[in-house]
Amino acid sequence: MLGWFKKKFESRPEEEQGPGGQTVAEPQAMVANGEAAESSDVDSAPPVAVVAEQLGQPSAPASEFAADNKEPEAGLKFFKRLKERLAKTHDSFVARVDELFLGKKVIDQELFDELEEILIMADLGVGVTREILDRSRAKVKRKELCEPLALKKAIKEQILAYLQQTDRPADLVMPRQGPFVIMVLGVNGVGKTTTIGKLAYKFRQAGQNVLLVAADTFRAAASEQLQIWGQRIGVEVFTRPAGADPSSVVFDGLEYANARNFDVIIVDTAGRLHTQVNLMEELKKIKRVMGKKIENAPHETMLVIDATTGQNGISQARLFNEGVELTGLALTKLDGTAKGGIVVNICHEFNIPIRFIGIGEQMEDLRDFNPQDFIDALFANDHE
Amino acid sequence: MFESLSGRLDSVFKKLRGHGKLTEENIQEAMREVRMALLEADVNFQVVKDFVATVTEKAVGLDVVGSLAPGQQVIKVVHDELVELLGGDTASLVLDGRQPVVIMMVGLQGSGKTTSSGKLAKMLQGKGRKPYLVPADVYRPAAIDQLTILGKSLGVPVHPSTTDQDPVAICKSALHAAKAAGHDTLLIDTAGRLHVDEDLMGELARINSALEPAEILFVADAMTGQDAVTVAEKFNQDLAISGVILTKMDGDARGGAALSIKKVTRRPIKFVGMGEGLDALEPFHPDRVASRILGMGDVLTLIEKAEAVVDKEKAAKLAKKLKKEGFTLEDFLDQIQQIKKMGSLEQIMGMIPGMNKIKQLKNMPKPDERELVKVESVINSMTLKERRNHAIINSSRRQRIAKGSGTSVQDVNKVIKSYTEMLKMMKKMRGQPGGLGAMVGGGKKRKRPKGLTR
Ligand SMILES: Nc1nc2c(ncn2[C@@H]2O[C@H](COP(=O)(O)OP(=O)(O)OP(=O)(O)O)[C@@H](O)[C@H]2O)c(=O)[nH]1
Ligand SMILES: [Mg+2]
Repeated sequence: MLGWFKKKFESRPEEEQGPGGQTVAEPQAMVANGEAAESSDVDSAPPVAVVAEQLGQPSAPASEFAADNKEPEAGLKFFKRLKERLAKTHDSFVARVDELFLGKKVIDQELFDELEEILIMADLGVGVTREILDRSRAKVKRKELCEPLALKKAIKEQILAYLQQTDRPADLVMPRQGPFVIMVLGVNGVGKTTTIGKLAYKFRQAGQNVLLVAADTFRAAASEQLQIWGQRIGVEVFTRPAGADPSSVVFDGLEYANARNFDVIIVDTAGRLHTQVNLMEELKKIKRVMGKKIENAPHETMLVIDATTGQNGISQARLFNEGVELTGLALTKLDGTAKGGIVVNICHEFNIPIRFIGIGEQMEDLRDFNPQDFIDALFANDHE
Repeated sequence: MFESLSGRLDSVFKKLRGHGKLTEENIQEAMREVRMALLEADVNFQVVKDFVATVTEKAVGLDVVGSLAPGQQVIKVVHDELVELLGGDTASLVLDGRQPVVIMMVGLQGSGKTTSSGKLAKMLQGKGRKPYLVPADVYRPAAIDQLTILGKSLGVPVHPSTTDQDPVAICKSALHAAKAAGHDTLLIDTAGRLHVDEDLMGELARINSALEPAEILFVADAMTGQDAVTVAEKFNQDLAISGVILTKMDGDARGGAALSIKKVTRRPIKFVGMGEGLDALEPFHPDRVASRILGMGDVLTLIEKAEAVVDKEKAAKLAKKLKKEGFTLEDFLDQIQQIKKMGSLEQIMGMIPGMNKIKQLKNMPKPDERELVKVESVINSMTLKERRNHAIINSSRRQRIAKGSGTSVQDVNKVIKSYTEMLKMMKKMRGQPGGLGAMVGGGKKRKRPKGLTR
């Protein structure tokens, strides 16, 4: 995901090691290659193995940094939490698969009904669900599919295709020169500020010099919230008093940054409903101001979507995309029981890649989006 | 992506015209559409299943009466059932128990508890109570600051909590402080938490038993999807919530979560949040939300409004005439005069099933009340011949009409344009059951839902 880190590291090898000799440098998340993911949903690869990959030993592309990756105290807690979470998802998924696919010999209406229920309950929506099932049905008719497991695989592949349907590089691309500017937006309470904190932590861990700009001057104590995140992580936060015009905060913030040497600038904006026309204008203005101060900024315009969101997510993506042209998504709150299936819709319709997922409220709780894991979780049953 | 439910039902029932009764067979297809509409609105899968079964049972055996199209009849059954499910218990807050009375806000992260606490404080203050705000979120950075700032702007005192305190201890000491200072209502803003976080759910249970709140309000985001039932069920199980606040209803979410939550908790939805401002808290109207969930303007309101003002005989005549001769400028004038009695044109158009989705509507001039008067005088200045055949109105006639009506040629053009747009729409709608003809014709008398004054 943060593919450009590598480029940067190659040119600046002395920064390989984060503070305290820690090398969470390439924050690759979840199971990286498709093979591993596939095996994990059929035979039961122990969840521990998955966790080990997450914690310290980054998968293939980043292995050059995987030297000394011990982070005893914090690491243990982190490890435990992740293990619990993944084990839960994993076990229940296997259970669901057993019950639904292995127990069946033929593809029948009942199986389709159950699949419909699973997909709709995961918030994929009736439209996309029908599209997916109709396609599979046609394949079954043409005898291209005849056993339940193959059907499952076909559906997963279909969803994967939707998720990967994007006009943009899945990796963030860093500008040749100057700081990498990220603008974060979304409706109220989805987790923008928290995601920014986590993202800043990730960059910080990778040795980047980060500036946060508090352009939410509207919600009470929004800038205080971001400042606390800044302190936690040890990054600078640019603020102005509450009530200031957000685009002028951004203007001043980028001016401040231009005089210094930041690698990454992340701008927090106030939550707003996508239907509020004047607030959308405000966002456009903020974006324009960025472009004036730093060439091609923002390099990433990231919409944050809450995994509990239902079909309204489409409208959010559509209107924000029309307003400020989105380049990436972050899906938060996947640590609950909501599956966040609405993003399948969003990727499918607007070709915007999902970059990160949020799986908790702590600073380490951000992961690169892994479509395979995400799809497996869609089918997992963790309600029991 | 989808037509409105009423549009879809109309086409489903095309075949049914003239049939005598709604039967299990002939409403099956309609129920598929109802199901789809509810799922699109994020009503939970299981809840939809039960709902459709109930509604089917109620609809079977209904007579297809006169001018009310079967599609509308089904909609009415669906709508009524929704209103009933959404409504029920009284929605006011229980504040007359032991004083100071305690209200506790609970819910997922980001659902809007803090803002809603501020709004409630404001509302209660307006009612002459003396609220005391208690920030009990020691986890989210600056959550205490947030409530403190809101309290300050309202002039409502806020308990001086700090993040190193235990939330249960905060609440206990806040209760003492409130008593001592003569406050009669404690508003406890708890931290957002996941229903699966047993530790934090336990914390809420401890606050609950320590303070015995009169109200535990579950705050839920109107944009929530299928997971709403799981979350609401768990909060209700652990805390026996007393009501629900549905937030962010000022957006374009269809709000099906309202039904899901109501269904699993059986607790009333007491308020809806309609904006970020501290006065944007409104009582919950089951009928409005029902229409919204079905994605159709206020169909029933329109029928009622139409019934109230339209002379039925005249309407029947019009419908007949429309079929035979088409829609003339005279009819247009007639419509406008009726519309003037009902409300603004845009509103009316928005309420007509199927119309709200028609593209032309967007481009159509949207006259305000003053403009309607203009339209009237323009048409009044036309000759009978012109009114019956707008094609003959050339530029010299337009000039004459403008002069005669005291308007400009542009105004005349605008009127003719509105008319031709409408004509196009009428052509589209003709033959569709449930179209304008049937609408205006009206059906049985309906009780006017309370609070609908749009
Ligand atoms: N469980 C969980 N909670 C999260 C996650 N991300 C954010 N949150 C919580 O969601 C709540 C809202 O997060 P914020 O970051 O303040 O959201 P925001 O979008 O900045 O909110 P506004 O600026 O008020 O619109 C906080 O309590 C966060 O701790 C996540 O991935 N999982
Ligand atoms: Mg924020």
